[in-house]
Amino acid sequence: MQLSASLREFAGGAASVTVEATSIRELLRKLIERFPRMQRRIDEGVAVSINGEIYRDDRNQQIPDGAEVFLLPRIQGG
Amino acid sequence: MATDTTFTNQEFKIVGTRPPRPDGVDKVTGRARFGADASAAGQLVGLVLRSPHAHAKIKKIDTSKAEKLKGVKAVVTSADLPDLTKGDRGMFDMLENCMARDRALYDGHAVAAVAAIDAETARQALKLIKVDYEVLPHVTDVDEAMKPNAPIVQPYIRTAGIEPKPTKASNVAQKSEFGHGDVEAGFKQADVIVERSYKTEQTHQGYIEPHACLASVGPDGQGELWVTTQGHFTFRNVCAGLLGMDIAKLKVTSSEIGGGFGGKTHVWAEPVALALSRKANRPVKLVMTREEVFRATGPTCSTSIDVKIGATKDGRITAATATLRYQDGAFTSIWGMLGAMTSFACYDLANVKSIGYDVLVNRPKVAAYRAPSAPMAAFAVESTMDLLAAELKMDPIDLRIRNAAKEGTRASYGPTYGPIGIGPTLQAAKNHPHMKAPLGKNQGRGMACGFWFNFGGQTCTDLNIGVDGTVSLTVGTVDVGGSRASLSLIAAEELGIPYDRIKCTIADTASLGHNDTTEGSRGTFSSGMATIFAARNAIQVLKARAAKMWDIDVADVDWKNGRAVALRAEHGNLNELTLGEIAAKSPQTGGPIAGHNETVADGAGVSFATHICDIEVDPETGKTKILRYTVIQDAGKAIHPDYVEGQFQGAAAQGIGWALNEEYIYGTDGRLQNAGFLDYRIPVCSDLPFIDTQILEIPNPGHPYGVRGVGETSIVPPLAAIANALSNAAGVRMTHIPMSPPRVLKAIKNGRH
Repeated sequence: MQLSASLREFAGGAASVTVEATSIRELLRKLIERFPRMQRRIDEGVAVSINGEIYRDDRNQQIPDGAEVFLLPRIQGG
Repeated sequence: MATDTTFTNQEFKIVGTRPPRPDGVDKVTGRARFGADASAAGQLVGLVLRSPHAHAKIKKIDTSKAEKLKGVKAVVTSADLPDLTKGDRGMFDMLENCMARDRALYDGHAVAAVAAIDAETARQALKLIKVDYEVLPHVTDVDEAMKPNAPIVQPYIRTAGIEPKPTKASNVAQKSEFGHGDVEAGFKQADVIVERSYKTEQTHQGYIEPHACLASVGPDGQGELWVTTQGHFTFRNVCAGLLGMDIAKLKVTSSEIGGGFGGKTHVWAEPVALALSRKANRPVKLVMTREEVFRATGPTCSTSIDVKIGATKDGRITAATATLRYQDGAFTSIWGMLGAMTSFACYDLANVKSIGYDVLVNRPKVAAYRAPSAPMAAFAVESTMDLLAAELKMDPIDLRIRNAAKEGTRASYGPTYGPIGIGPTLQAAKNHPHMKAPLGKNQGRGMACGFWFNFGGQTCTDLNIGVDGTVSLTVGTVDVGGSRASLSLIAAEELGIPYDRIKCTIADTASLGHNDTTEGSRGTFSSGMATIFAARNAIQVLKARAAKMWDIDVADVDWKNGRAVALRAEHGNLNELTLGEIAAKSPQTGGPIAGHNETVADGAGVSFATHICDIEVDPETGKTKILRYTVIQDAGKAIHPDYVEGQFQGAAAQGIGWALNEEYIYGTDGRLQNAGFLDYRIPVCSDLPFIDTQILEIPNPGHPYGVRGVGETSIVPPLAAIANALSNAAGVRMTHIPMSPPRVLKAIKNGRH
């Protein structure tokens, strides 16, 4: 998965990390296991983009094989 | 699957029609009840004392004289709102914003509040509260706040997004960077490079209805709140958290809303009203004045932005960068980050970098304003695109078409786009008759495009069928733009019954599961999805009841055109059963018939718009007049086209005000000088032409009907479209929003280009 620049400091500066996961929930759990500092940032709010579709809340969302996955800051709207 | 969100391209019979909105008669006859229209027996009047200083230490607050005044039932300060936030900085910021603690952080920051038997007594009580301030240095300008010696607004801030993490306090709360490729290499490939800096001033959403609520908390810890809000479930959770109440014991009812546009997504005075009520043991009604709305709610950011774009002679962009400095008011947020994310989202760029800074100043906490942060970024980028087109001697629209993002483009904020509508909106603009209409002397035309994410969120919907066959549709997303009509159309479509057989109601928080706030253009997208699924659940029940009435297997029952149909030849003698006929028998077939759905409606499709504007400028005075305005936007699927067009027109109207006149003006003392509609000029009817609209429908693959949010995107292009039109009309490049007559006149006289 690739990380937005503003999130990289919580993953040791990495622009991308390899995580094996089939759902967003598993992805975030494994990310936190590797980078404990990520816990707080995820609690503050992140979104996961899978093949261009942004998921803010649905941790059950499945991640297809070979999908493009981006970790983004959580967005707000008006 | 009953809850499959995939777009199915179904044919519609009712969706897409334009029946009157169910709340229309109430609103035009004055029967609709807004935030200030609720009353309770024994209610008190709540008023708030606000800081006259931009930044001051609160040494002491003496409320004793106010408390002794006859008719005063409660006085509260921060001592009555203890910190229960358990280290949650976001919640603490909301607490501190509702009521200053050791420091007042902006002009208008609440420092105390009273509840009294009438407004006159409450006003007298406010005068009797003595606050001992020590005035501190302040800063209100975003660029000044970033300087090393600027007064520090929040001493705990260490800039996030920088490695190694700074050890010294700063007003820069966060640095955010987005992009890909190698911009330096990209600029080396460019034949033409254009670079320009821009500023935009702070504006308010300008909703006509001020914040208002009626709060009631009893000694048993149970409470009720009637409030004008975009998100009563969120208000309930936040207020309960700040006051130490159980969520289930605080019932929040959303009133009709007289405009919100993002400004009513946060709590402001509601926790104070609840605290007053709790202390007085009486209901408290608190209605802000217009001055309070300006000084102490959540306007949008002021900004300072640098943009650089390089292209080859044939108009292909080789690199683009933007540095965006957004002021968030006195509390941290993500507005600079969103500016950086949205700035180049319209374009297919191999080399792009956006850096956003979130900066604290002594101004009110910034709130969302319709596609928050995107309009200012679009103003800077789209103005630079026009400058680039001029350098390249290209038609500005052709330059944009040449570089438009498309399916498969890697967005500047990271992910790869699915099917999107920027190209079609640009092509529609190019082909629109508006682009070919003649212009007169001192008139100019401009165009610009814009992007917004849209999102969904937690949603819960009930659908109950009465014995007469009418349907109560109960949703939890506040109706800010006609969603009750749209959701009724969806329910009618699914059930196969007429629109006027549906009554859609916004439920209070005790009557339905949690619904996220109506923001991010999510109302019709999210509740529409939940309504589809709730209706399909109800149809399963209707089929089962029909099977009972016929005494056949439910597998032999289908639902067509609002009727149960018995399948198989052996049931050929069974007449179809209408929804009404099945409902009438429901007491004997198993009781009430209902459908329900709770979902997390993710998968909102991104949205794009292109606007065209004609403007005339008076070179002697700097006065401008919008002559013609056209909005073209991708709606995915327009459920109720009237209200889609209304969103387009409303957003454009707000953008026109933002572009031409609206501006927070702070004095050197850090106090807001124009906290009223006389001195803060929003557009009125005579300022606006009829705004033409063109709805494009590029289906969102993540919604069964293809719906995309429509409420926000069309506030993104106006600043730039109008700036481009005015720059063409005046012959000088306008780089500072608002382009008010004095600023236009100055630019013309300076001849700056």
